[in-house]
Amino acid sequence: MAFYFVQFLTGLASAASLFLVASGLSIIFGVTRIVNFAHGAFYMLGAYVAFTLTERFSGALGFWAGIVLASLVVAVVGVLVEMVLLRRIYHAPELFQLLATFGLTLMVQDLVVMIWGPNDLLGRRAPGFKGAVEFFGQNIPTYDLFLIALSPIVLGLLWLLFQRTRWGVLVRAATQDRDMVAALGVNQKWLFTSVFALGVFLAALGGALQIPRDAVHHALDLRIIVDVFVVVVIGGLGSIVGAFVAAVLVSELNAFGILIFPKISIILVFLVMAVVLIVRPWGLFGKPEAAARRTPGLTVNPWRPLTSGERLAAWAGLAVAAMLPLVGGNYALTVGSEIAIFVIFAASLHFLMSVGGLASFGHAAYFGLGAYGIAFLAKMAGLPMIVCLLLGPLLGCLGAAIFGFFAVQLSGVYFAMLTLAFAQIVWSVAFQWVAVTGGDNGILGLWPEKWAAGPASFYWLSIGVAALAVAALRIIVFSPFGYALRATRDSLLRSEAIGIDAKRIQWTAFVIAGTVAGVAGALFAYLKGSVFPDSLGISLSVDALVMVLLGGVETVSGAVIGAIVYKMLSIWLVSQTDLSKLVLGGVIVLMVVAFPKGIVGMLETIRNRRRPELPKPAVLKSGIESAE
Amino acid sequence: MKLSVHDLNSHYGPAHILFDVALEVGEGEVVALLGRNGAGKSTTFRSIVGLVAQRSGRIVFEGKDVSDQPTHTIVSLGLGYVPEERRIFTDLTVDENLEVGRQPVRPNAPHWTREKLFALFPNLAEMRNRPGGRMSGGEQQMLTIARTLMGNPSLVLLDEPSEGLSPKIVEQMVAAILTMKQAGVSIVLSEQNLHFARLICDRAYIIERGRICYSGTMAELDARPDIRDTHLAL
Repeated sequence: MAFYFVQFLTGLASAASLFLVASGLSIIFGVTRIVNFAHGAFYMLGAYVAFTLTERFSGALGFWAGIVLASLVVAVVGVLVEMVLLRRIYHAPELFQLLATFGLTLMVQDLVVMIWGPNDLLGRRAPGFKGAVEFFGQNIPTYDLFLIALSPIVLGLLWLLFQRTRWGVLVRAATQDRDMVAALGVNQKWLFTSVFALGVFLAALGGALQIPRDAVHHALDLRIIVDVFVVVVIGGLGSIVGAFVAAVLVSELNAFGILIFPKISIILVFLVMAVVLIVRPWGLFGKPEAAARRTPGLTVNPWRPLTSGERLAAWAGLAVAAMLPLVGGNYALTVGSEIAIFVIFAASLHFLMSVGGLASFGHAAYFGLGAYGIAFLAKMAGLPMIVCLLLGPLLGCLGAAIFGFFAVQLSGVYFAMLTLAFAQIVWSVAFQWVAVTGGDNGILGLWPEKWAAGPASFYWLSIGVAALAVAALRIIVFSPFGYALRATRDSLLRSEAIGIDAKRIQWTAFVIAGTVAGVAGALFAYLKGSVFPDSLGISLSVDALVMVLLGGVETVSGAVIGAIVYKMLSIWLVSQTDLSKLVLGGVIVLMVVAFPKGIVGMLETIRNRRRPELPKPAVLKSGIESAE
Repeated sequence: MKLSVHDLNSHYGPAHILFDVALEVGEGEVVALLGRNGAGKSTTFRSIVGLVAQRSGRIVFEGKDVSDQPTHTIVSLGLGYVPEERRIFTDLTVDENLEVGRQPVRPNAPHWTREKLFALFPNLAEMRNRPGGRMSGGEQQMLTIARTLMGNPSLVLLDEPSEGLSPKIVEQMVAAILTMKQAGVSIVLSEQNLHFARLICDRAYIIERGRICYSGTMAELDARPDIRDTHLAL
């Protein structure tokens, strides 16, 4: 019994950091409507800066001053980020905000390694809380007790701040109606900046307070952000009380999940999240959101099928690509196959995003599931390759059917967070369930059969499948189903009013996209001869998002161009620099701020500009009108 | 002049809404902006306070050119705005709603305190701690006006204050606006209801399809039933 009680207390202590970070995320979202992906990065920075400062300052006072000062320093960094980057994208579609803040996260990962090195750092123990209290033969660290006491105190302080100060009243008013607050003479800019500073301070404090418990390392950011997303989805985005309750719930589920399913403890959290989403899609303490902003809408160029000339050009492009084996060596063919595979993957996500308006941040899950599908069928069942290729993607299809069912209940940022959390759950299962998936060692020895084994034959197979997949997706875009899907994207309410079952249409689109991603994953498994949990990872999901964005979200064929350019760039970049994440992150941020239309979108704009144009209205004040 | 607007043109995306709108409001004057639904009354107000991004023209408030200023700067100069759709902060209590509107005292404008406002709108005094979302339409309308007055404005743009209110509440509204007028606040009032405007206003502009098509005193307008029938009758 005592053991369970101690386990319970450990869970409560872990909840402290989770609550601090999640409440910061919620506060920022409430006012700015930005889901700050970089929140995990601020948490990690808090831990690193606190490590340095507590090493530098001596004594008990020095330790605590270091913790607080570190949080303040990171808050100042947050203010700079808000003023330089976020102010430019407050009116941009959610997808761009998520991507830009993710780009920041990537940059911070490399910067942290540059400054503090790649090794784990062990921080000082907290002065005054070094010992442990004995409880029926079990030891409870006193620092854990300190953390347990801290979260309700922070919760109380935040409550006072929001209920009892003018600043708090203004923030709550802005959460509801930003424009009206401005129309009452309040400068929103500084309100936003101060809110962001508070949120980042809380995240950094959460990180700084972890150093006596945990080693500081450069993967802390993604680990915490996934937990935090789960917490805010359960608790309700924008609710501080919700963040508190959900942080405790998730931490306790983790603490006891280890005891029940030691291998796949994350399943328990997933089950609870699924139940919450069915009963209250907006979270335990959240409020139903008004319809979210729609992702597209920047251009007014209507989509149309290819003209006969363009169709000819597409065939010619394919024919040229098919001639690569005549000139290229084995390396070129392997790279070519990989690019073709990523064209399929990007096209599947593009279909979901541009046609369905559903920006998935966890699309790699279905790519990876397709790859694991091949591994199971080929290694365990020993089926021939052609059968594997046909059946393997069905695992991606199945995964998309299950997760998609929950995901389409939500929209906008909730959809993005949920798909990310699902992907991370699949990744954790692949990583932890060593008996089935081989864990980190993956599954090896998946080589194609003789007819596809040569680099040239495999390349032809890949571009053939890619051409089929892209053509099939295009046909769907211009089919009645495609029109219905676009209707749900443009207005959920109006499409339902004309008799479209929006949720079912979106679910179908999710399953189609997941299955096509599974096809890409299946080919990828054969290309690499192996499957690793990385194929399900966040970075692969984001790669796909960047490909789509690079090509142009609002175009029909942007994903193809985006995948080709991005893949070639990243292969070249990795060979040129060790700081590929820093460069990639910078490129993402720059793209979102400067070229939100992508390559194909820009080409289209240039082509349209040649046509005679209507006289432009004289614009006195620039800027896009708020979409709400 | 308290407020003068010249050559105001506004667009929502590709749609041109306002065409060369011009208005003038004198010190302490109460002016009506009359027009049918969709004529451009609300857009005129929203453009003056900078809530329409695509606008051009010259807007001078108390001798200062505010055409390029952001909304919060214009409002904090003393130009209050009461939106048609009320936009009460429903999660905030009456007191908190008033707090959001609070601005420093201005030398050239009447100073409103909570007590004065509760005297003006007695209903609000009884529900200081009630969330804005749990008030009737009439009470919300009073709260929006009170909230804007907390900013001690010297001029108020009142967008259709009588819309959707019961006759009894409209009477209270007339009384409140007349009190504001006596206190020295200049007012521009947009209305579809000519009778309501006649009770309060000195002068009137008529706007139709985004263009000002008539301006004159209330008495002059009353003498021109033809104008009334062409531009205002339903």
